[in-house]
Amino acid sequence: MTLALALEQLLNGLQLGVMLFLMAAGLTLIFGVMGLINLAHGSLYMVGAFACAAVAAATGSFWLGLVASLACAAAAGAIVELLVIRRLYDRDHLDQVLATFALILMFSEGTRWLFGSFPLYLDIPPLLQGAVALPGGAQYPVYRLAIIAAGALVAFGLYLLIGKTRLGMRIRAGESDREMIGALGVDIRTLYTVVFALGAALAGLAGAMVGALQSVQVGMGEPVLILAFVVIVIGGIGSIKGALLGALLVGVVDTLGRLLLPKLVGVFLQPAQAGMIGGAAASMLIYMMMALILAMKPRGLFPAAHA
Amino acid sequence: MLNRETLVNLILAALLLAVPLMANAFGQPFYVTLATRVAILALAATGLNLALGLGGLVSFGHAAFFGIGGYAAGILATHAFSGDPLLLGLSGTNQMPLIWLVAMLVAGLVGLLIGLISLRTSGVYFIMITLAFAQMVYYFAISWPAYGGEDGLSILVRNQFPGANTMKPVSFFLICYAVLIVALGLFVLIRGSRFGSALQAARQNEVRVATVGIAPYRIRLTAFAISAALTGLAGALFADLNRFVSPSMLSWHMSGELIVLIILGGTGRLFGPLAGAALFVIFEYVLGGLTERWQFFLGLILLGTVLFARGGLLGLLAGKARHG
Amino acid sequence: MKKLVSAATLALSMSVSSLAFAEPVKIGMITTLSGGGAGLGIDTRDGFMLAIKQAGNSEIEVITEDDGQKPELAVQIADKMIQSDQVDILTGIVWSNLLMAVAPSAVAQGKFYVSTNAAPAALAGENCNPLYFNAAYQNDNLHEAMGEYANKDYKKMFIMAPNYPAGKDSLTGFKRFYKGEVASEVYTQVGQTDYAAEIAQIRASGADAVFAFLPGGMGIAFMKQYAQSGVDIPIMGPGFSFSQDVLGAIGDAALGVKNSGHWAKDLDNEANKKFVEAFQAEYGRLPSIYAVQAYDAGQLIASAAAKADVKDTEAFRAELLKADIQSPRGKFKFNTNQHPIQDIYVREVVKDGDVLTNKILAPVFTDHEDAYAKDCKM
Repeated sequence: MTLALALEQLLNGLQLGVMLFLMAAGLTLIFGVMGLINLAHGSLYMVGAFACAAVAAATGSFWLGLVASLACAAAAGAIVELLVIRRLYDRDHLDQVLATFALILMFSEGTRWLFGSFPLYLDIPPLLQGAVALPGGAQYPVYRLAIIAAGALVAFGLYLLIGKTRLGMRIRAGESDREMIGALGVDIRTLYTVVFALGAALAGLAGAMVGALQSVQVGMGEPVLILAFVVIVIGGIGSIKGALLGALLVGVVDTLGRLLLPKLVGVFLQPAQAGMIGGAAASMLIYMMMALILAMKPRGLFPAAHA
Repeated sequence: MLNRETLVNLILAALLLAVPLMANAFGQPFYVTLATRVAILALAATGLNLALGLGGLVSFGHAAFFGIGGYAAGILATHAFSGDPLLLGLSGTNQMPLIWLVAMLVAGLVGLLIGLISLRTSGVYFIMITLAFAQMVYYFAISWPAYGGEDGLSILVRNQFPGANTMKPVSFFLICYAVLIVALGLFVLIRGSRFGSALQAARQNEVRVATVGIAPYRIRLTAFAISAALTGLAGALFADLNRFVSPSMLSWHMSGELIVLIILGGTGRLFGPLAGAALFVIFEYVLGGLTERWQFFLGLILLGTVLFARGGLLGLLAGKARHG
Repeated sequence: MKKLVSAATLALSMSVSSLAFAEPVKIGMITTLSGGGAGLGIDTRDGFMLAIKQAGNSEIEVITEDDGQKPELAVQIADKMIQSDQVDILTGIVWSNLLMAVAPSAVAQGKFYVSTNAAPAALAGENCNPLYFNAAYQNDNLHEAMGEYANKDYKKMFIMAPNYPAGKDSLTGFKRFYKGEVASEVYTQVGQTDYAAEIAQIRASGADAVFAFLPGGMGIAFMKQYAQSGVDIPIMGPGFSFSQDVLGAIGDAALGVKNSGHWAKDLDNEANKKFVEAFQAEYGRLPSIYAVQAYDAGQLIASAAAKADVKDTEAFRAELLKADIQSPRGKFKFNTNQHPIQDIYVREVVKDGDVLTNKILAPVFTDHEDAYAKDCKM
């Protein structure tokens, strides 16, 4: 394996990790502040992608689509919070799992109702087309670098928002003591809606950015959702820092595993068989990693104060 | 004097027996198949109910056990059909009782292994880690080519039960119904036993149980393994019902549906899974016949149940549950 | 209005010829109308119904149900259709795994199964069945054609497919005809959406060309990412990855890709012109290969129903075997294992106005048979 290939795969892992972070940040924030486990987070990711594809097709501009994805996902999140989610805060996790499972069914079938069953077309904006040369000679797509940059920007923005602003102060207060913040006169219901919409917007952004790279279709949020869960469980539920590190870890391990495991198995077996068995092992790798981490640290790598 | 819940339970059990028998008499064998599906799903959910209802262990990965039971049946039947030895020179079998035993053993053992790690966590972590283990099994089944992978495994002829023609829908239904009743009896026994009391006490107050010298971890682990074995048994029957096993039995949607059955019927109640399974199959059948968008309406109904009818169907019919 | 009239005249013109014999035939169509794969099922249903409508035989009744791409649901529907609706023929399933769940037990219960798409090797060889017909192809065919085509220009191929039986069959089929060197054989995860790791391996492999079998959303994702990667090794694949249903979503990234198919919109024959026109008039979109296959399955059943009673299994089967239809594919006949013998072409993705579609380049195989027919003893 050459250095160029290794560098390229590392970047790929980073890009997957950054994308997972956008999903996981919202999930973990919502759990940290409201104590809610939201299976429908993947549906908001799908809403973002569809909004972006629809607006981009209508206006011809990916950037307007990106704005629309943020707006639509945030709006969908706010509406769902107002109608359904706020009734679930004082319920147990079982009710939350079930209600948000029901939301997935409704979002998926509803989207199909609106947009039909065929995948939508969404292309990368002209500005970010093409590839650049990496040290070592390999080419790397500009768009993936842009995703990494956007993710880093969002991570930094979240850090500022939570660490330096009044809203962030309330979020931190909500995480450490839910009763107290209400008693202090903060309008907790609005805060919850805002946090939920923020998480939804991040998911929508991820959906739109990835939609241009993959395919915009119903059900696209579910595999990502499960990976995002793995991320926050590894990182420690409720911890943004844990989500970031967990996301990068999952991204890199998954990408490198898919490259290296078949080669490793290939030392012992025929190439065709090695491909299949190595592939099977690679698809289970991150789950095994998660089991291992939880067996040693049942609350994840960076347990939040109360979760 | 019967109390109201017992009465409702008896009526439900009688209905599940009477409807398919009548449908059969009137030449509508398909309703027998639907009723068989209800009985099997109810059995699977009864297994889960042991962990979830009594022990408060929200497992989001019971599809793993359901699928493992299914594959046990499929693999044994395939080897019996082809005559190839399975492993260590043992041959396959097409005898249901033996298949059931193997399905329960394997599912129970895997349940023990998964429980060993998962039960060290609690709350959301437990939900997520059980989900992750089920995904692991799912991906394994998809990528392992020996037994069909994604394509699944066909059982060409339904497995046999001594003294019955299992290809006749009614005979197979009666077998499944009998297994379900036995499982419900087992549930009652466990719930009333000292073990069951400890399990329920651990759900309500872990510290108190620990202080009287019972280790909640071991109690829960045992319950989890039994729960897995029962769900595995249901999986074996499900494989025989469809004469087919595939990784979709292992998917996380299946895990979600098993939880849905319990909540629809009424959490922690003996007949909750049966009521829920009946309701679910009827929804699926009636809504599916009315509109292609039935999943949307199923979601709406589920949401309504969680938000406004917390006791599920049995909560409506039989009043509040006695067990908290 | 125009739509109605043209359909009606068609129905009228066909009905004159085919109403010679009219015993009731009940067809159960199980296909995927909801979920991620619904696009294929909708094309299947529409193509099939077009053929039935054109046949104008009022004794043919079709019941359609949605399997949601779930095997256990498909089995349940099949049970209902057989036990409660008493259908004579089942058809419509898109996916091999669902077909394996339904078809063997349906034929064991004495019902016909006419496949509109899925064609697993397991049902083409030793386990072939007199009641099982495939109107589409055998799963390996299109991959074999690409293997043969690759021999011409490429010495070293990078080949990849999802890690499931159809993927394994795909690469086996490709290698059955490809004589050159295989640089690397990669199995990806089923449902995978990010191919960065595989693209990096393609770049590093030094191959002359890439053969990729990635149906549905997987292919869309791969093609879009490949176009951005700066790798310029040519791509080829079986027609499924570049069928009408996904081309729109891949966009210009698909332009120029070579792929194999047993049909394309521009295939030059009278039946095809009529079919494409009628399909567009009826549904307002271009037909995909799934629509064609289902259309032929519909024609086959209608042609047999016009001459034999479906309750007379032997006679009906004999009529089906004659394949007395005008297929948009041109030549069409059945092999001994009741799978098609047909021509397979290499096609290129081109732009026709604003719409991406496939154009036939040249035939790769004429009268191609599948590799399993010799194991079928009927």
